[in-house]
Amino acid sequence: MVEEIGTTTEGDLIINVGPQHPATHGVLHLVITLNGETIKKIEPHLGYIHRSIEKMCESLTYRQFIYVTSRMDYLSAHINNHACALCVEKGMQIEVPARAEVIRVLMDELTRIASHELWWGAMAMDLGAFTPFFHAFREREAINEIMEETCGARLTMNYMVPGGVMQDLHPDFQRKVKEFIILFKRKIDEYDELVTGNIIFQNRMKGIGYISPEDAIAYGCSGPVLRGSGVSCDVRKIYPYGIYGQLNFEEVLETAGDSFARYMIRIREMKQSIRIIEQLIDNIPEGDFVAKTKAVLKLPKGEFYTRVETARGEFGVYIVSEGGTTPYRIKFRSPGFSNLSALDHMARGSKLGDLVAMMGTLDLVIPDIDR
Amino acid sequence: MFITNYIKDVFGALKSLAVGLKRTGYYFTHHKEIITEQYPDNRDTLVMADRFKGEVVMPHNENNEHKCTGCTACELACPNATIKVITKFDITPEGKKKKAIDKLVYHLELCTMCNLCVVACPSDAIVMAQTFEHSVYDRSELTKVLNKPDSKIMEGIE
Repeated sequence: MVEEIGTTTEGDLIINVGPQHPATHGVLHLVITLNGETIKKIEPHLGYIHRSIEKMCESLTYRQFIYVTSRMDYLSAHINNHACALCVEKGMQIEVPARAEVIRVLMDELTRIASHELWWGAMAMDLGAFTPFFHAFREREAINEIMEETCGARLTMNYMVPGGVMQDLHPDFQRKVKEFIILFKRKIDEYDELVTGNIIFQNRMKGIGYISPEDAIAYGCSGPVLRGSGVSCDVRKIYPYGIYGQLNFEEVLETAGDSFARYMIRIREMKQSIRIIEQLIDNIPEGDFVAKTKAVLKLPKGEFYTRVETARGEFGVYIVSEGGTTPYRIKFRSPGFSNLSALDHMARGSKLGDLVAMMGTLDLVIPDIDR
Repeated sequence: MFITNYIKDVFGALKSLAVGLKRTGYYFTHHKEIITEQYPDNRDTLVMADRFKGEVVMPHNENNEHKCTGCTACELACPNATIKVITKFDITPEGKKKKAIDKLVYHLELCTMCNLCVVACPSDAIVMAQTFEHSVYDRSELTKVLNKPDSKIMEGIE
Protein backbone atom coordinates (compact mmCIF):
# COMPACT_ATOMS: atom_id res chain seq x y z
CA MET A 1 0.00 0.00 0.00
CA VAL A 2 1.36 3.39 -0.94
CA GLU A 3 0.79 5.90 1.84
CA GLU A 4 0.20 9.53 1.15
CA ILE A 5 3.26 11.72 1.49
CA GLY A 6 2.91 14.59 3.94
CA THR A 7 0.64 12.96 6.50
CA THR A 8 1.57 11.09 9.66
CA THR A 9 -0.02 7.68 10.04
CA GLU A 10 0.40 4.87 12.53
CA GLY A 11 3.73 3.13 12.27
CA ASP A 12 5.62 6.21 11.10
CA LEU A 13 8.89 7.03 12.78
CA ILE A 14 9.44 10.58 13.96
CA ILE A 15 13.08 11.46 14.47
CA ASN A 16 14.89 14.62 15.51
CA VAL A 17 17.90 15.71 13.47
CA GLY A 18 19.91 18.35 15.23
CA PRO A 19 20.24 20.80 16.86
CA GLN A 20 23.81 19.75 17.55
CA HIS A 21 24.60 17.45 14.63
CA PRO A 22 27.39 18.92 12.48
CA ALA A 23 25.48 18.22 9.27
CA THR A 24 22.62 20.49 10.35
CA HIS A 25 24.82 23.54 9.82
CA GLY A 26 24.63 25.05 13.24
CA VAL A 27 21.70 25.13 15.56
CA LEU A 28 18.97 23.77 13.28
CA HIS A 29 16.46 21.28 14.63
CA LEU A 30 14.51 19.22 12.09
CA VAL A 31 11.61 16.98 13.11
CA ILE A 32 11.39 14.37 10.37
CA THR A 33 8.49 11.97 9.81
CA LEU A 34 9.81 8.80 8.20
CA ASN A 35 8.16 5.86 6.58
CA GLY A 36 10.97 3.36 6.48
CA GLU A 37 13.71 5.48 5.00
CA THR A 38 11.44 7.72 2.97
CA ILE A 39 10.86 11.25 4.23
CA LYS A 40 7.18 12.11 4.55
CA LYS A 41 7.47 15.47 6.24
CA ILE A 42 10.07 17.85 7.64
CA GLU A 43 9.36 20.50 10.24
CA PRO A 44 12.20 22.89 10.99
CA HIS A 45 12.11 24.03 14.63
CA LEU A 46 13.74 27.36 15.25
CA GLY A 47 14.50 29.49 18.26
CA TYR A 48 17.73 28.00 19.56
CA ILE A 49 19.82 31.10 18.95
CA HIS A 50 17.15 33.73 18.72
CA ARG A 51 18.62 37.11 19.79
CA SER A 52 15.79 39.40 18.64
CA ILE A 53 18.16 41.45 16.55
CA GLU A 54 15.33 43.39 14.90
CA LYS A 55 14.04 44.53 18.28
CA MET A 56 17.55 45.34 19.46
CA CYS A 57 18.13 47.56 16.41
CA GLU A 58 15.25 49.79 17.49
CA SER A 59 17.30 51.00 20.44
CA LEU A 60 20.46 51.66 18.41
CA THR A 61 21.21 54.70 16.32
CA TYR A 62 21.60 54.52 12.55
CA ARG A 63 25.37 54.43 12.82
CA GLN A 64 25.30 51.72 15.46
CA PHE A 65 22.76 49.23 14.08
CA ILE A 66 24.83 48.34 11.01
CA TYR A 67 27.36 46.31 12.98
CA VAL A 68 24.60 44.08 14.40
CA THR A 69 23.70 42.75 10.95
CA SER A 70 27.14 41.18 10.52
CA ARG A 71 26.18 38.88 13.37
CA MET A 72 23.28 37.48 11.34
CA ASP A 73 24.73 36.12 8.13
CA TYR A 74 28.27 36.01 9.41
CA LEU A 75 29.62 34.51 6.18
CA SER A 76 28.52 37.46 4.07
CA ALA A 77 28.72 40.07 6.81
CA HIS A 78 30.03 42.69 4.47
CA ILE A 79 27.10 42.45 2.07
CA ASN A 80 24.59 42.69 4.93
CA ASN A 81 26.30 45.86 6.13
CA HIS A 82 26.15 47.18 2.59
CA ALA A 83 22.36 46.75 2.53
CA CYS A 84 21.93 48.65 5.80
CA ALA A 85 24.28 51.43 4.72
CA LEU A 86 22.36 51.74 1.44
CA CYS A 87 19.06 52.01 3.30
CA VAL A 88 20.31 54.79 5.56
CA GLU A 89 21.85 56.59 2.57
CA LYS A 90 18.55 56.31 0.72
CA GLY A 91 16.71 57.92 3.60
CA MET A 92 19.29 60.63 4.21
CA GLN A 93 20.02 61.12 0.48
CA ILE A 94 23.76 60.93 1.04
CA GLU A 95 25.96 60.91 -2.06
CA VAL A 96 28.61 58.20 -1.78
CA PRO A 97 32.05 59.05 -3.24
CA ALA A 98 33.14 57.03 -6.29
CA ARG A 99 36.09 55.51 -4.45
CA ALA A 100 33.86 54.22 -1.66
CA GLU A 101 31.48 52.62 -4.19
CA VAL A 102 34.33 50.71 -5.83
CA ILE A 103 35.77 49.62 -2.48
CA ARG A 104 32.34 48.38 -1.41
CA VAL A 105 31.84 46.26 -4.51
CA LEU A 106 35.37 44.84 -4.26
CA MET A 107 34.75 43.84 -0.65
CA ASP A 108 31.31 42.41 -1.48
CA GLU A 109 32.69 40.16 -4.16
CA LEU A 110 35.61 39.00 -2.01
CA THR A 111 33.08 38.14 0.69
CA ARG A 112 30.95 36.25 -1.81
CA ILE A 113 33.92 34.15 -2.87
CA ALA A 114 34.86 33.48 0.76
CA SER A 115 31.30 32.43 1.56
CA HIS A 116 31.05 30.09 -1.43
CA GLU A 117 34.47 28.64 -0.54
CA LEU A 118 33.29 27.70 2.91
CA TRP A 119 30.04 26.34 1.51
CA TRP A 120 31.95 24.20 -0.99
CA GLY A 121 34.14 22.69 1.71
CA ALA A 122 31.30 22.11 4.16
CA MET A 123 29.08 20.68 1.44
CA ALA A 124 31.73 18.17 0.36
CA MET A 125 32.27 17.25 4.01
CA ASP A 126 28.55 16.62 4.46
CA LEU A 127 28.79 14.09 1.66
CA GLY A 128 31.76 12.40 3.29
CA ALA A 129 34.77 13.97 1.54
CA PHE A 130 37.23 15.55 3.94
CA THR A 131 40.04 16.84 1.68
CA PRO A 132 37.97 19.59 -0.04
CA PHE A 133 37.28 21.15 3.34
CA PHE A 134 40.96 21.93 3.82
CA HIS A 135 41.44 23.01 0.24
CA ALA A 136 38.54 25.46 0.53
CA PHE A 137 39.86 26.91 3.77
CA ARG A 138 43.29 27.43 2.23
CA GLU A 139 41.90 29.84 -0.38
CA ARG A 140 39.49 31.42 2.08
CA GLU A 141 42.42 32.18 4.34
CA ALA A 142 43.91 34.41 1.63
CA ILE A 143 40.71 36.47 1.54
CA ASN A 144 40.54 36.61 5.32
CA GLU A 145 44.04 38.03 5.43
CA ILE A 146 43.13 40.75 2.95
CA MET A 147 40.08 41.58 5.08
CA GLU A 148 42.10 41.59 8.27
CA GLU A 149 44.58 44.06 6.82
CA THR A 150 42.02 46.54 5.54
CA CYS A 151 39.00 46.13 7.81
CA GLY A 152 40.74 44.91 10.95
CA ALA A 153 38.71 41.75 11.42
CA ARG A 154 38.31 38.44 9.71
CA LEU A 155 34.61 37.67 9.99
CA THR A 156 32.56 40.54 11.42
CA MET A 157 34.24 43.41 9.66
CA ASN A 158 31.96 46.41 10.34
CA TYR A 159 33.66 48.31 7.55
CA MET A 160 30.66 50.05 5.99
CA VAL A 161 29.39 53.31 7.44
CA PRO A 162 26.60 55.51 6.05
CA GLY A 163 28.28 57.54 3.31
CA GLY A 164 31.16 55.22 2.49
CA VAL A 165 33.62 53.00 4.29
CA MET A 166 35.30 53.39 7.67
CA GLN A 167 38.96 53.43 6.66
CA ASP A 168 40.83 53.75 3.40
CA LEU A 169 42.25 50.67 1.70
CA HIS A 170 45.48 49.24 3.03
CA PRO A 171 48.47 50.10 0.77
CA ASP A 172 49.02 46.37 0.14
CA PHE A 173 45.42 45.74 -0.86
CA GLN A 174 45.79 45.88 -4.64
CA ARG A 175 48.90 43.71 -4.72
CA LYS A 176 47.38 41.09 -2.44
CA VAL A 177 44.11 40.91 -4.38
CA LYS A 178 46.01 40.50 -7.67
CA GLU A 179 48.00 37.67 -6.12
CA PHE A 180 44.77 36.12 -4.93
CA ILE A 181 43.20 36.26 -8.41
CA ILE A 182 46.14 34.35 -9.88
CA LEU A 183 46.02 31.79 -7.06
CA PHE A 184 42.27 31.35 -7.23
CA LYS A 185 42.09 30.83 -10.98
CA ARG A 186 44.51 27.95 -10.63
CA LYS A 187 42.70 26.43 -7.67
CA ILE A 188 39.15 26.56 -9.01
CA ASP A 189 40.11 24.04 -11.69
CA GLU A 190 41.33 21.76 -8.94
CA TYR A 191 37.88 21.92 -7.37
CA ASP A 192 36.37 20.49 -10.53
CA GLU A 193 38.97 17.73 -10.60
CA LEU A 194 38.47 16.85 -6.97
CA VAL A 195 34.70 17.08 -6.58
CA THR A 196 32.63 18.16 -9.57
CA GLY A 197 33.61 15.31 -11.88
CA ASN A 198 33.63 12.69 -9.16
CA ILE A 199 31.19 9.86 -9.83
CA ILE A 200 30.16 9.38 -6.20
CA PHE A 201 29.47 13.07 -5.85
CA GLN A 202 27.46 13.27 -9.08
CA ASN A 203 25.32 10.26 -8.19
CA ARG A 204 24.50 11.81 -4.83
CA MET A 205 23.62 15.21 -6.30
CA LYS A 206 21.90 14.73 -9.64
CA GLY A 207 18.12 14.55 -9.41
CA ILE A 208 18.21 15.08 -5.62
CA GLY A 209 16.11 17.81 -4.07
CA TYR A 210 14.33 18.88 -7.22
CA ILE A 211 12.28 22.06 -7.04
CA SER A 212 10.38 23.44 -10.03
CA PRO A 213 10.66 27.14 -10.99
CA GLU A 214 7.02 27.76 -10.02
CA ASP A 215 7.43 26.17 -6.59
CA ALA A 216 10.72 27.96 -5.97
CA ILE A 217 9.03 31.30 -6.66
CA ALA A 218 6.04 30.35 -4.52
CA TYR A 219 8.27 29.53 -1.56
CA GLY A 220 10.09 32.84 -1.91
CA CYS A 221 13.47 31.29 -2.61
CA SER A 222 16.19 33.56 -3.91
CA GLY A 223 19.82 33.47 -4.91
CA PRO A 224 21.42 30.23 -6.10
CA VAL A 225 18.39 28.16 -5.03
CA LEU A 226 16.02 30.02 -7.33
CA ARG A 227 18.57 30.47 -10.11
CA GLY A 228 19.28 26.73 -10.01
CA SER A 229 15.70 26.26 -11.20
CA GLY A 230 16.29 28.61 -14.12
CA VAL A 231 14.60 31.74 -12.78
CA SER A 232 16.47 34.99 -13.31
CA CYS A 233 16.59 36.76 -9.94
CA ASP A 234 20.05 38.26 -9.38
CA VAL A 235 19.41 41.55 -7.57
CA ARG A 236 22.69 42.89 -8.93
CA LYS A 237 21.22 42.59 -12.44
CA ILE A 238 17.52 43.35 -12.03
CA TYR A 239 17.72 46.11 -9.40
CA PRO A 240 21.34 47.29 -9.67
CA TYR A 241 22.71 49.04 -6.61
CA GLY A 242 26.05 50.77 -6.16
CA ILE A 243 28.07 50.51 -9.37
CA TYR A 244 26.83 47.05 -10.34
CA GLY A 245 24.89 48.55 -13.25
CA GLN A 246 28.13 49.61 -14.97
CA LEU A 247 29.93 46.30 -14.52
CA ASN A 248 30.31 43.54 -17.04
CA PHE A 249 29.33 40.16 -15.60
CA GLU A 250 26.88 37.36 -16.29
CA GLU A 251 23.96 36.26 -14.22
CA VAL A 252 24.59 32.56 -13.64
CA LEU A 253 21.61 30.33 -14.47
CA GLU A 254 21.08 26.57 -14.44
CA THR A 255 17.86 24.85 -15.43
CA ALA A 256 18.00 21.40 -13.82
CA GLY A 257 16.59 22.57 -10.45
CA ASP A 258 18.35 19.81 -8.50
CA SER A 259 21.20 19.86 -6.00
CA PHE A 260 23.82 19.59 -8.73
CA ALA A 261 22.44 22.67 -10.48
CA ARG A 262 22.68 24.67 -7.25
CA TYR A 263 26.23 23.39 -6.82
CA MET A 264 27.21 24.48 -10.33
CA ILE A 265 25.63 27.91 -9.81
CA ARG A 266 27.91 28.65 -6.89
CA ILE A 267 31.03 27.34 -8.62
CA ARG A 268 30.30 29.46 -11.69
CA GLU A 269 29.34 32.46 -9.57
CA MET A 270 32.80 32.45 -7.97
CA LYS A 271 34.30 32.84 -11.45
CA GLN A 272 31.99 35.77 -12.16
CA SER A 273 33.02 37.43 -8.89
CA ILE A 274 36.65 37.12 -9.93
CA ARG A 275 35.68 38.76 -13.23
CA ILE A 276 34.15 41.72 -11.36
CA ILE A 277 37.22 42.07 -9.13
CA GLU A 278 39.51 41.99 -12.19
CA GLN A 279 37.56 44.84 -13.78
CA LEU A 280 37.80 47.03 -10.69
CA ILE A 281 41.13 46.31 -9.07
CA ASP A 282 43.18 48.45 -11.48
CA ASN A 283 40.55 51.20 -11.70
CA ILE A 284 40.03 52.32 -8.11
CA PRO A 285 39.36 56.08 -8.41
CA GLU A 286 41.19 58.50 -6.13
CA GLY A 287 39.29 60.71 -3.71
CA ASP A 288 37.40 60.50 -0.46
CA PHE A 289 36.49 57.14 0.99
CA VAL A 290 33.60 58.52 3.02
CA ALA A 291 31.14 61.36 2.46
CA LYS A 292 30.88 64.10 5.08
CA THR A 293 27.84 63.40 7.25
CA LYS A 294 26.46 64.85 10.44
CA ALA A 295 27.57 63.30 13.71
CA VAL A 296 23.98 62.30 14.56
CA LEU A 297 21.98 60.88 11.68
CA LYS A 298 18.25 61.51 11.59
CA LEU A 299 16.17 59.80 8.92
CA PRO A 300 13.12 61.73 7.74
CA LYS A 301 9.70 60.34 8.55
CA GLY A 302 8.81 57.51 6.21
CA GLU A 303 9.56 53.96 5.11
CA PHE A 304 12.69 52.85 3.29
CA TYR A 305 13.57 49.52 1.72
CA THR A 306 16.74 48.40 -0.01
CA ARG A 307 17.85 45.00 -1.20
CA VAL A 308 21.15 43.44 -2.12
CA GLU A 309 22.33 40.08 -3.37
CA THR A 310 24.21 38.23 -0.65
CA ALA A 311 25.95 34.90 -1.16
CA ARG A 312 22.69 33.16 -0.20
CA GLY A 313 20.16 35.31 -2.02
CA GLU A 314 18.19 38.47 -1.65
CA PHE A 315 18.71 40.37 1.60
CA GLY A 316 16.40 43.28 2.27
CA VAL A 317 16.34 45.97 4.95
CA TYR A 318 13.09 47.73 5.75
CA ILE A 319 13.26 50.77 8.02
CA VAL A 320 10.27 52.66 9.36
CA SER A 321 11.37 56.03 10.64
CA GLU A 322 9.49 58.46 12.85
CA GLY A 323 12.11 61.14 12.33
CA GLY A 324 14.20 60.35 15.40
CA THR A 325 17.79 59.25 15.84
CA THR A 326 16.81 55.58 16.16
CA PRO A 327 14.61 53.56 13.78
CA TYR A 328 11.00 53.08 14.82
CA ARG A 329 10.89 49.57 13.36
CA ILE A 330 13.34 47.42 11.42
CA LYS A 331 12.63 44.25 9.46
CA PHE A 332 15.23 42.16 7.70
CA ARG A 333 14.31 39.97 4.78
CA SER A 334 16.88 37.22 5.04
CA PRO A 335 17.44 34.74 2.22
CA GLY A 336 18.05 31.69 4.41
CA PHE A 337 14.61 31.79 6.01
CA SER A 338 12.75 31.49 2.71
CA ASN A 339 15.17 28.94 1.31
CA LEU A 340 14.73 26.74 4.37
CA SER A 341 10.95 26.81 4.01
CA ALA A 342 11.32 25.02 0.67
CA LEU A 343 13.26 22.14 2.27
CA ASP A 344 10.07 20.28 3.25
CA HIS A 345 8.80 20.47 -0.32
CA MET A 346 12.13 19.35 -1.79
CA ALA A 347 12.68 16.47 0.58
CA ARG A 348 9.23 14.81 0.56
CA GLY A 349 9.47 11.38 -0.98
CA SER A 350 13.26 11.17 -1.01
CA LYS A 351 15.52 9.15 1.27
CA LEU A 352 16.90 10.31 4.60
CA GLY A 353 20.49 9.95 3.34
CA ASP A 354 19.83 12.52 0.63
CA LEU A 355 18.58 15.10 3.10
CA VAL A 356 22.12 16.13 4.00
CA ALA A 357 22.94 16.79 0.36
CA MET A 358 19.84 18.93 0.00
CA MET A 359 20.58 20.93 3.14
CA GLY A 360 24.14 21.40 1.95
CA THR A 361 23.08 22.94 -1.34
CA LEU A 362 20.64 25.29 0.39
CA ASP A 363 23.71 26.85 2.06
CA LEU A 364 21.97 27.51 5.36
CA VAL A 365 23.39 29.91 7.91
CA ILE A 366 21.23 29.56 10.98
CA PRO A 367 21.65 33.01 12.61
CA ASP A 368 20.40 34.38 9.30
CA ILE A 369 17.22 32.30 9.62
CA ASP A 370 16.75 32.58 13.36
CA ARG A 371 17.44 36.22 14.01
CA MET B 1 23.17 -1.51 -25.79
CA PHE B 2 22.96 -1.98 -22.08
CA ILE B 3 26.22 -3.84 -21.69
CA THR B 4 28.33 -1.26 -23.59
CA ASN B 5 26.85 1.60 -21.61
CA TYR B 6 27.39 -0.28 -18.38
CA ILE B 7 31.06 -0.86 -19.13
CA LYS B 8 31.45 2.78 -20.24
CA ASP B 9 29.90 3.95 -16.98
CA VAL B 10 32.22 1.80 -14.91
CA PHE B 11 35.35 3.01 -16.69
CA GLY B 12 34.15 6.62 -16.61
CA ALA B 13 33.61 6.30 -12.88
CA LEU B 14 37.04 4.80 -12.30
CA LYS B 15 38.60 7.60 -14.34
CA SER B 16 36.84 10.30 -12.29
CA LEU B 17 38.13 8.72 -9.08
CA ALA B 18 41.66 8.56 -10.49
CA VAL B 19 41.55 12.25 -11.44
CA GLY B 20 40.62 13.18 -7.87
CA LEU B 21 43.28 10.94 -6.40
CA LYS B 22 45.89 12.46 -8.71
CA ARG B 23 45.19 15.86 -7.11
CA THR B 24 45.53 14.36 -3.64
CA GLY B 25 48.78 12.70 -4.70
CA TYR B 26 50.10 16.03 -5.99
CA TYR B 27 49.75 17.66 -2.57
CA PHE B 28 51.17 14.56 -0.92
CA THR B 29 54.44 15.19 -2.77
CA HIS B 30 54.38 19.03 -2.70
CA HIS B 31 54.66 19.97 0.95
CA LYS B 32 55.53 23.61 0.30
CA GLU B 33 52.08 24.41 -1.06
CA ILE B 34 50.49 23.49 2.23
CA ILE B 35 50.09 26.58 4.38
CA THR B 36 49.41 25.38 7.89
CA GLU B 37 50.24 27.86 10.65
CA GLN B 38 51.72 26.28 13.76
CA TYR B 39 49.89 28.78 15.91
CA PRO B 40 50.90 28.35 19.54
CA ASP B 41 54.50 27.61 18.53
CA ASN B 42 54.93 30.60 16.23
CA ARG B 43 54.12 33.29 18.79
CA ASP B 44 57.55 34.92 18.41
CA THR B 45 57.21 35.44 14.69
CA LEU B 46 53.47 36.06 14.55
CA VAL B 47 52.69 39.57 13.27
CA MET B 48 49.15 40.86 13.47
CA ALA B 49 47.90 43.32 10.84
CA ASP B 50 48.30 46.91 12.06
CA ARG B 51 44.56 47.55 11.79
CA PHE B 52 43.57 44.38 13.62
CA LYS B 53 40.94 45.24 16.23
CA GLY B 54 41.98 43.52 19.41
CA GLU B 55 41.18 45.86 22.28
CA VAL B 56 40.74 49.58 22.92
CA VAL B 57 43.74 51.26 24.56
CA MET B 58 44.71 54.82 25.40
CA PRO B 59 48.29 55.63 24.39
CA HIS B 60 50.32 57.68 26.92
CA ASN B 61 53.53 59.54 26.15
CA GLU B 62 56.73 59.38 28.22
CA ASN B 63 55.48 62.13 30.60
CA ASN B 64 52.41 60.02 31.46
CA GLU B 65 50.14 62.26 29.43
CA HIS B 66 47.16 61.27 27.28
CA LYS B 67 44.92 63.11 24.82
CA CYS B 68 41.48 62.39 26.34
CA THR B 69 39.39 65.45 27.18
CA GLY B 70 36.47 63.53 28.63
CA CYS B 71 34.02 64.64 25.95
CA THR B 72 32.13 61.26 26.12
CA ALA B 73 31.87 60.99 22.32
CA CYS B 74 33.14 57.40 22.54
CA GLU B 75 30.58 56.55 25.21
CA LEU B 76 27.77 57.86 23.00
CA ALA B 77 29.07 56.06 19.92
CA CYS B 78 29.34 52.67 21.61
CA PRO B 79 26.41 50.36 20.86
CA ASN B 80 26.91 48.09 23.90
CA ALA B 81 27.74 50.50 26.72
CA THR B 82 31.29 49.16 26.73
CA ILE B 83 32.87 52.48 27.66
CA LYS B 84 32.03 54.57 30.70
CA VAL B 85 33.65 57.98 31.09
CA ILE B 86 33.81 59.25 34.67
CA THR B 87 34.70 62.95 34.70
CA LYS B 88 36.02 65.28 37.38
CA PHE B 89 36.99 68.97 37.55
CA ASP B 90 40.63 70.00 37.51
CA ILE B 91 41.78 73.41 38.75
CA THR B 92 43.97 75.08 36.13
CA PRO B 93 46.96 77.30 37.16
CA GLU B 94 44.76 80.33 36.45
CA GLY B 95 42.32 79.10 39.05
CA LYS B 96 39.63 78.06 36.57
CA LYS B 97 37.68 74.82 36.77
CA LYS B 98 38.32 72.49 33.84
CA LYS B 99 36.58 69.25 32.95
CA ALA B 100 38.89 66.22 32.81
CA ILE B 101 38.61 62.47 33.04
CA ASP B 102 38.83 60.72 36.35
CA LYS B 103 38.53 57.23 34.89
CA LEU B 104 37.78 55.82 31.48
CA VAL B 105 36.34 52.40 32.27
CA TYR B 106 36.42 49.88 29.44
CA HIS B 107 34.57 46.55 29.58
CA LEU B 108 36.44 44.21 27.26
CA GLU B 109 33.88 41.47 27.89
CA LEU B 110 31.16 43.60 26.26
CA CYS B 111 33.23 44.96 23.41
CA THR B 112 32.46 43.78 19.87
CA MET B 113 35.46 45.55 18.30
CA CYS B 114 33.26 47.61 15.99
CA ASN B 115 35.76 50.52 15.97
CA LEU B 116 32.97 53.14 16.27
CA CYS B 117 34.47 54.70 19.43
CA VAL B 118 37.86 55.16 17.77
CA VAL B 119 36.23 56.82 14.76
CA ALA B 120 34.09 59.04 16.97
CA CYS B 121 36.99 60.31 19.12
CA PRO B 122 37.77 63.91 18.06
CA SER B 123 41.26 64.01 19.60
CA ASP B 124 42.50 60.48 18.65
CA ALA B 125 42.91 59.64 22.32
CA ILE B 126 41.93 55.98 21.97
CA VAL B 127 43.18 53.45 19.43
CA MET B 128 42.76 49.75 18.73
CA ALA B 129 45.59 47.57 19.98
CA GLN B 130 46.64 44.41 18.16
CA THR B 131 46.50 42.17 21.22
CA PHE B 132 44.53 38.96 21.28
CA GLU B 133 44.31 35.90 23.57
CA HIS B 134 42.07 37.74 26.00
CA SER B 135 40.86 34.74 28.00
CA VAL B 136 41.17 35.03 31.78
CA TYR B 137 39.86 33.02 34.71
CA ASP B 138 37.91 35.85 36.35
CA ARG B 139 35.50 38.03 34.43
CA SER B 140 36.30 41.10 36.53
CA GLU B 141 39.84 41.12 35.09
CA LEU B 142 38.30 42.17 31.76
CA THR B 143 37.06 45.48 33.17
CA LYS B 144 39.93 47.89 32.62
CA VAL B 145 40.69 51.51 33.40
CA LEU B 146 42.34 52.91 30.30
CA ASN B 147 44.02 56.03 31.74
CA LYS B 148 47.08 55.32 33.84
CA PRO B 149 47.21 56.48 37.49
CA ASP B 150 48.13 60.19 37.93
CA SER B 151 48.12 60.74 34.18
CA LYS B 152 47.40 64.21 32.81
CA ILE B 153 46.03 65.60 29.62
CA MET B 154 48.60 66.58 27.00
CA GLU B 155 49.14 70.31 26.51
CA GLY B 156 47.36 71.90 23.60
CA ILE B 157 44.47 69.40 23.52
CA GLU B 158 41.14 71.09 24.07
